[in-house]
Amino acid sequence: MVYSCLFWLFKAPLEFAQTIQQITKIGVDSLLVATLTSLFTGMVLALQAGTTMQSILSEPLYIVTIVGFSLERELGPVLTAFVVAGRAGAAVTAEIGTMKVTEQIDALYTLGTNPIRYLVLPRMIGFLIAIPILSLCANISGMFGGFLVSVNALSVSPNVYLQDITTFIGVDDIMHGFIKSVFFAFMVGVVCCYKGLNTRGGAEGVGKATTQAVVTSMVLILVLDYFLTAILNAVGI
Amino acid sequence: MIEITNLQKSFGSKKVLRGVNLNVKEGEVTTVIGGSGTGKSTLIKCIIRLLEPEGGKIIVNGEDITHIQGEYALAKLRRSFGYLFQEGALFDSLTVGENVTFGLKYLTDIPVGDYAKIAKEKLALVGLKDVENLKPSELSGGMKKRVSLARVLATDPKVILYDEPTSGLDPIMSQIINDLILDLKNKLGVTSIVITHDMKSAFTISDNLVMLYEGRVELAAPAAEFKKTQNPCAKQFIEGSSKGPIQMNILS
Repeated sequence: MVYSCLFWLFKAPLEFAQTIQQITKIGVDSLLVATLTSLFTGMVLALQAGTTMQSILSEPLYIVTIVGFSLERELGPVLTAFVVAGRAGAAVTAEIGTMKVTEQIDALYTLGTNPIRYLVLPRMIGFLIAIPILSLCANISGMFGGFLVSVNALSVSPNVYLQDITTFIGVDDIMHGFIKSVFFAFMVGVVCCYKGLNTRGGAEGVGKATTQAVVTSMVLILVLDYFLTAILNAVGI
Repeated sequence: MIEITNLQKSFGSKKVLRGVNLNVKEGEVTTVIGGSGTGKSTLIKCIIRLLEPEGGKIIVNGEDITHIQGEYALAKLRRSFGYLFQEGALFDSLTVGENVTFGLKYLTDIPVGDYAKIAKEKLALVGLKDVENLKPSELSGGMKKRVSLARVLATDPKVILYDEPTSGLDPIMSQIINDLILDLKNKLGVTSIVITHDMKSAFTISDNLVMLYEGRVELAAPAAEFKKTQNPCAKQFIEGSSKGPIQMNILS
């Protein structure tokens, strides 16, 4: 499927309207849930870190370091990929799976096109553009969540929080998360489209394929996360 | 035009086609009949290479297409065919008009500006009017079938494969579809392979009839001869009798 995607990417004009539609469906429609998830994760991290530090050091220190590192390097991309896999990934598998069991995929072949070109490629591009951008939005939203809790509940000065961000969070940390999110996007796209195209049976088959796509994506995100962390740390990012 | 020799196809351990031989001549209507599960749909899916046969040969216009591979080669083969799916297979996310003109973008050089006119014309041919902006979910089963047929006709294919074109249609609409198949043959020389259980329709439209039984051709004959056949399987099927060599798996 990946080979076929690359074949059609270079051999035929892109389905532009389909691609824009998919970027909107996958990205814009997931923006609220991705940023909300991250906002509250940032708030929880700040609260936990702040209260722990207060009890150990009598002051809410290192909140930005803990919230920022956790979000930029790990939780931002991982949680965003989870949210997109559960929301848009499931929808992609269900849509392609339904098309498969109702012979719409066969109809694409008979009408001179190809499901990889018409369905998979626009969705893959949608995932590859949406997830990294959503991850960056999630990082900002999570840091804002940490800011709200730090300033309002832990009495950290806003200036200190903002200054700590520029001091402790580097471009490397953002790149670390960004690179991960690109790999997660590719993986979620491949799994969800593949499961859709290989759906068998009727409505039950579509349900089964959708569940498998979401569960497989989530497990593979965590597995891939470990190996990417090891590789990126080894190359110093 | 289409020569099929000893065609075989299995799904897992189930052998569906066990050596089908069939000749379809240019400009003729050949109807394939047979009980459910005898491999009629599998046969036409092999012809358009939605399925790859495991054995035998399919020759279309002198070219062996049995095992051709590659996106371009398959697309070139399918360009001359139209395929009417049993359940319509309309694209849910597109309107009726977009469904009808879908193939024009990929199979023809017709300018986009003409699409609306073509959609109107082809929908009128199947007895539909002012439905271009509806979604398939807003149509009845019979209307879906007719829109699907309009989609096939839009690209003016040389060969049309019909998978039960009249199932789910009322008798009048069935006759309109039968007339349309005959019109396409008489006016445009379109070659048709029709799968049907509707014997009245089969005898109305066919030049030749072929009966599949247990994955093989039980009888192939011109329509007039087929009607008078003494072959016990074909006779039972034509008469719609429950008594005869064809036994269905029915729980008693």
